[in-house]
Amino acid sequence: MDMMQLLISGLANGCVYGLIALGFVLIYKATEAVNFAQGDFMMLGAFITIWLTNTEYLGLNFYLAVPIAILIMGVLGYLLDILVIRRMFGQPQIAVVILTIALGFIIRFVVGAIWGHDPHLLETPFAGKELKIGALVLGYEEIAVIIVTLLLTFMLFTFFRKAKLGQAMQAASQNQLAAYYVGIPVKKIQSLVWALAGIVAAVAGALFASKGAIDPSTGLLGIKAFAAAVIGGFGSLPGALIGGLIIGVVEPFAAYYLPAGYSQVAPYAIMLLVLIFRPAGLFAQMQNKKV
Amino acid sequence: MNKNPNNQMPVLRDAPVLRIENLESYYGPIMAIRGVSLEVREGQIVTILGANGAGKTTLLKTISGVMTPAKGIIELNGENISTLEADQIVKKHMVHVPEGREIFPLLSVEKNISIGAYVRKDREEIKRDEEMVYSYFPILKERAKQQAGTLSGGQQQMLAIARGLMAKPKIMLLDEPSLGLSPLLVEEIFTILKRLNVEQKVTMVLVEQNAKVALDVADYGYVMELGRIVMADDADKLENSKDIQAFYLGVRQDNERGQRRYKQRKTWR
Repeated sequence: MDMMQLLISGLANGCVYGLIALGFVLIYKATEAVNFAQGDFMMLGAFITIWLTNTEYLGLNFYLAVPIAILIMGVLGYLLDILVIRRMFGQPQIAVVILTIALGFIIRFVVGAIWGHDPHLLETPFAGKELKIGALVLGYEEIAVIIVTLLLTFMLFTFFRKAKLGQAMQAASQNQLAAYYVGIPVKKIQSLVWALAGIVAAVAGALFASKGAIDPSTGLLGIKAFAAAVIGGFGSLPGALIGGLIIGVVEPFAAYYLPAGYSQVAPYAIMLLVLIFRPAGLFAQMQNKKV
Repeated sequence: MNKNPNNQMPVLRDAPVLRIENLESYYGPIMAIRGVSLEVREGQIVTILGANGAGKTTLLKTISGVMTPAKGIIELNGENISTLEADQIVKKHMVHVPEGREIFPLLSVEKNISIGAYVRKDREEIKRDEEMVYSYFPILKERAKQQAGTLSGGQQQMLAIARGLMAKPKIMLLDEPSLGLSPLLVEEIFTILKRLNVEQKVTMVLVEQNAKVALDVADYGYVMELGRIVMADDADKLENSKDIQAFYLGVRQDNERGQRRYKQRKTWR
């Protein structure tokens, strides 16, 4: 039963990693740059949700607050592209990467300045409720996290498969010039991808903050999610989610069965192994692109 | 060419669909297009010949809006489009078919084709046009489910043309469709281009290094060197011109003494 318990809580953690990894992959696919602030986006999304929901702040209804937070993060992502990232157009990718690292610092600082550095917990309607199956005790939060993540991944996957806009995003990421030639408004599409990354981050943030306390430095979690994205084979959406799940599950098991400290290293050890034995990632889609 | 014998005002159908005047375009600090003017009339195939680095591709990119001209006018059906973005220009039924392998490598062949209709909304007609496109390129129908990146060079070139057709173009800007293809494939593709020109009434601007095949299908030709137009005439006249034969068609010319002149002067320099 211990195993089962560890597995479920690991999966729930892994879902959040997976969602952040999804954000990495989205941006990477669209712009070929890695957004190292994706973890901080998640943290910002969490704090906006907390600010809207918790009784000490605005105290809105949870089911109203989450969509608003998602909307705000979407708009922030869009504006970020228009106001900052687009001006880097034509610069080498590394410039964008460094920019996002700096952006991460700024977000952590601003959130800390507004809401303080104490851990916050999102007040959800299902907080503290538990589902008991035999000896197995499942928190409602954990179940919610898993369901929402699967749903969101499925929606994104279908969006890229079927929707015209999703196709255009894929096309623009595979060959920007050719996308121009067929009449895809590439710049607008890229802004929308940043908006989408913001939206995914908001969902991840709300989920994370509903099952555990969050503080500004939690944004650094993004590095772990980066490892997840690499494991999944940077460029594959389901791969990112599965990479996240692997890391999420390995962590509690390593913490439980191995001496202290190993659980911290485990995600990166896995990433190294994947890079050595399957350099393109577990779900490689990009044969000819390198991270 | 306006072949109006009485030197009257040209009648309306003779007005150029595409008119370019004094176009200048830069690659960073380098001036790649140095004041180009040209005209394309409806139903024509106009070819632009030139060696590597003559500025042909840059010219096409500037016309299709991927690059912004520094100076000059690009008029499509009498409307100045030189400031429009690429996607706006595709909506005006002028589409750029890029050279070589500018396709979407990870999408399937059929998705590559359907995305060519991105700016269109008329679903029924898009379906019909897909059938039309496959009838010109049956090999693409066979490969419909395959990833486009796995196609051969010739098939990728066909795919690029097919994708361009899906935008329902009145004018197609074709950038070196013969690039890197075997003579047999070049002939096949040019036969299809000529058919499209006649059957689908697509006006074409054809940029080529392969002067022979280009002049064979074209009605009118321009020769470009170092960012300028240096010669312009009907295609058959160009084909017979000594300079073109010497510099672009590789016809050997012996002088009075029966020796080859290796340092022949071009008449335009």
